[in-house]
Amino acid sequence: MTENTPDENTAPNRGMPLWVQITVWTVLIALLVVVFMGLQRAKEGNVQAGAETGEFDFTMPLFEGYEHEGEQEISLTDLRGKIVVLNFWASWCVTCKDEAVELEEAWRFYQPEGEVVFIGVDYVDTEPEARGYLETYDITYPNGPDMGTRISQAFRIQGVPETYFLDRDGVVQHVQLGPFRSTEQILNIVNSLLAE
Amino acid sequence: MLPSLGYGILVITLLVIIYSVAVAIYGEVKKSAAMVESARRAMLLALPLITAASAILIYLLVNDRYEVEYVWSVTNRSMPMYLKITAWWGGQPGSLLFWSFLLSTFTSAVTLRKWDRDRELLPWVLVVTGVTLAFFISLNVFFENPFKLVPAGVSIPLDGRGLNPLLRHPGMIIHPPAQYLGFVAFTIPFAFAIASLITGRTDDRWIRITRRWTLWAWLFLSLGLVLGMRWAYDVLGWGGYWGWDPVEIAALMPWLTGTAFLHSVMIQEKRGMLKHWNMILIILTFDLVIFGTFLTRSGVLSSVHAFAQSEIGPLFFTFIGFIFFASFGLLTKRWADLKAETEMKSMLSKEALFLLNNLLFLSLLVISFWGVIFPLLSELFTGSKVSVGPPFYERATGPIWGALMLLMGVAPLSAWGISTFKTLGRSIWKPALASLIAPIWAISVGITNWVALIGFTLIGLVIAVTIREFWRGASARSRKSGENFFTELQKLIKRDRRRYGGYIIHISMVLMGIGIIGIELFQSDTQQHLGIGDQVELAGYTVQYDRLDQFRHEDGRFITRGEMSLSKDGKYLGTLAPRFDLYPDGQPMTIPAVRSTLVDDVYIILVNWEGITAESTPFKVYHNPLVKWVWIGGYVFIAGIIIAAWKDEEKEKI
Amino acid sequence: MKKFNILLLLIILLSLFSIGTVAAQGGTDEISDDEVNAIASQLFCPVCENTPLDVCETQACKQWRELIRLKLSEGSTEAEIKEYFVANYGARVLSEPPREGFSLLVYFVPPAIILAGIVILFRAFKQWQVNDDDEADAPTAEAPLDGAQASPTSTSGTNDPKDDDYLARFEEQLRKKD
Repeated sequence: MTENTPDENTAPNRGMPLWVQITVWTVLIALLVVVFMGLQRAKEGNVQAGAETGEFDFTMPLFEGYEHEGEQEISLTDLRGKIVVLNFWASWCVTCKDEAVELEEAWRFYQPEGEVVFIGVDYVDTEPEARGYLETYDITYPNGPDMGTRISQAFRIQGVPETYFLDRDGVVQHVQLGPFRSTEQILNIVNSLLAE
Repeated sequence: MLPSLGYGILVITLLVIIYSVAVAIYGEVKKSAAMVESARRAMLLALPLITAASAILIYLLVNDRYEVEYVWSVTNRSMPMYLKITAWWGGQPGSLLFWSFLLSTFTSAVTLRKWDRDRELLPWVLVVTGVTLAFFISLNVFFENPFKLVPAGVSIPLDGRGLNPLLRHPGMIIHPPAQYLGFVAFTIPFAFAIASLITGRTDDRWIRITRRWTLWAWLFLSLGLVLGMRWAYDVLGWGGYWGWDPVEIAALMPWLTGTAFLHSVMIQEKRGMLKHWNMILIILTFDLVIFGTFLTRSGVLSSVHAFAQSEIGPLFFTFIGFIFFASFGLLTKRWADLKAETEMKSMLSKEALFLLNNLLFLSLLVISFWGVIFPLLSELFTGSKVSVGPPFYERATGPIWGALMLLMGVAPLSAWGISTFKTLGRSIWKPALASLIAPIWAISVGITNWVALIGFTLIGLVIAVTIREFWRGASARSRKSGENFFTELQKLIKRDRRRYGGYIIHISMVLMGIGIIGIELFQSDTQQHLGIGDQVELAGYTVQYDRLDQFRHEDGRFITRGEMSLSKDGKYLGTLAPRFDLYPDGQPMTIPAVRSTLVDDVYIILVNWEGITAESTPFKVYHNPLVKWVWIGGYVFIAGIIIAAWKDEEKEKI
Repeated sequence: MKKFNILLLLIILLSLFSIGTVAAQGGTDEISDDEVNAIASQLFCPVCENTPLDVCETQACKQWRELIRLKLSEGSTEAEIKEYFVANYGARVLSEPPREGFSLLVYFVPPAIILAGIVILFRAFKQWQVNDDDEADAPTAEAPLDGAQASPTSTSGTNDPKDDDYLARFEEQLRKKD
């Protein structure tokens, strides 16, 4: 039925009100932008080699019994000028155990010279279990909990264990996803960074 | 050979559909009926092609052909045949193919109808459905090929990985198909709506044509949701049925607008009003279907249901952008042409109450949409992740569900055009009085929770009003005709199936409401470590731990099975055997033991992750009052929809 | 004598030590699973997606539940435990966003939009009633199925005329449907 019937409302047929059009288009575009950004972020994955860490301004508290240069906390920005080995782990993470010994060995190798700093970032863990883990593997390099998961979010880690190697300028030079195969592997990477 | 054949068929299908869309447009522009007919036939051809491709995939799944990556990822040798077939939709590539298959059956069915009265709509219906179908097949062809072989040089695995144990359940047979059918079926009303906009037809022809499609689409969407709830209850082991998870919400959102649409088109049919609004609703519903599908498959949102990370994000995103802009753009262009025949005499008229219904459903949509998208916003704008969980949704939506129930009780009594407080009051005071039985009885059995009391009262009101509607009509007819009441009742229903079917659906909704109130407000649970012989008491029931068996099943599962006897007030009621299965690949599965009656469920699980020994076995016992009514409501719902969708006695020539 | 004193001291110290340990263990033993779950059910697992802490099956979640148990035995309140979890694991462990800062938007935007919707709806109603008043009063309204024009006699009668009325209106509505 497309004919008009006599008693139909004969109000003038206007187009869609302008404010409605503007609102709807704005909302649609905003939604698409947000979704697009979300897609980008989902694809991003963890921080890659070459990334600057200048803005990762975090201070991480250390577990009791650990200290760095007399302080109970450690800050990435303070470590400029040194090579940093940043290792994400957790006590409930099975494969982390495969590299615990190797990491400690590498630390002890570099510690005397003070050119390389190993930092252990404990990812969403419980303190008693974490300390148990550290004791079991006799780990002596600075370790602390990642409060509020700020650090792991900054590095966009996809799981544990992950290790990030930063050069003296704080630029990520190498990323290791998963446990190391051997202490030699760690030494090789650090040596190449020291050589630069 | 076979996998390549399957892939080849998919490519051909894509080309055929592109041909159909292109020729339909060209034929319409050139006013060539022959070309449009060719396009129609091409679209028809898509169905046997996709069916063939699907058949090949099923063959590969059932025959353990692990050189195909998808087959390896979703099946293994120990799975029974029926599960291997359902594995068709067990993973991303296969489920996309399944989607295309379903869409193609609907498209073909539409293509086969008599088009004489609506020739001008045909090309555009072909275009809209064709573009959608082409999109989904492109996802398979370019990104998620179900026939992809394991990389060259890698040896063919001896056994597959197998379906996630949570999916190894009869629910896998019916829930995904019902859900997908619901999603896919809404494409048809949407296509007709868009065709109307493009051709400038401003009447409600498209609504009449697609009336039954909409009903069936809504049936399947609702069924999908209820089946999902039942499956979660049976399998997930946390005594619940709905977690406000993003994927659940993605399925809920089109249902909300779909229900609003279902009601709102009645206003257009009866009063010629709301043409713009109905367009908006069907566009929203379809857009939400696609958007929801995107959310759950692209990795943008995190969810327990979500498919694995995938490459389909960008193409999906483009398609969404396209349909948003195209549908809204078209609507803007045609806005002035949709004549407004609007007159609203009274705020209590049926039209007004239906509009209120729409307002409520859209409010639910706003809450769900905002809640689901907010974590993403928070992370993008502040860098900090937050969770929006059940407390948020329950608190915000609770009162709205209540208002909807009140509406279900009042609206049937209201008239098209005019209703006043007086006329409504006259019709409603008796059922309202009758509904007071509910809270009085509830208080007498000790219920003091005021939310429950209000809920039960509203439920009572809806049931009373609805029964009255049936009664009034049938008894008037039987008094007049002299025939007996039940004969007249049948005849009454046959005369206006849509209305009475709709009433039955309303009843089914409040029956489900009974179950939901029971489990949400009165659930109790306890977790305890028991040794053999120990007892647990909960809500008047006594559960005694009798024995523990641990053994290896022939298909490789390591099974831990507890046996408990249930009794109440000393009377033995039965044996319940909760189980924990450990699959050979390490995946665990908790299977609850349930005793279900109309009054309550006793639901027991083995808490496998706390460590099981015979001396100290952790159990969790749930007491879920009235939850069986949710499933009963589901059955009544199916009956109601079938009645509503059945062709009326006087044939409408559509 | 001195050796004996030392031995006695050692024994006393050891017993005190073991009592202390037993007492500490007794503390956590007294916290039931239900008390732990009451709090855990309000939190999400920090690592898994959208999984409440009381039903999460991973080793990590088990540790977190034990942590809750420990804290309860030390006398922490529910609020304190939640704060601890947020400080350690971020706001995402809460089942709703905290009511501060950006997250306030999640609570305010839906009501604002719904309110806007109500306003639009009422303005549309007004507009439609105005339109309607402009027209001649066309008898397009239907009477309700029963009610407005019913005879003033009491409602529970079986009057034929009333049934006729009802049935007539019913048929009329059906006809109008098409």
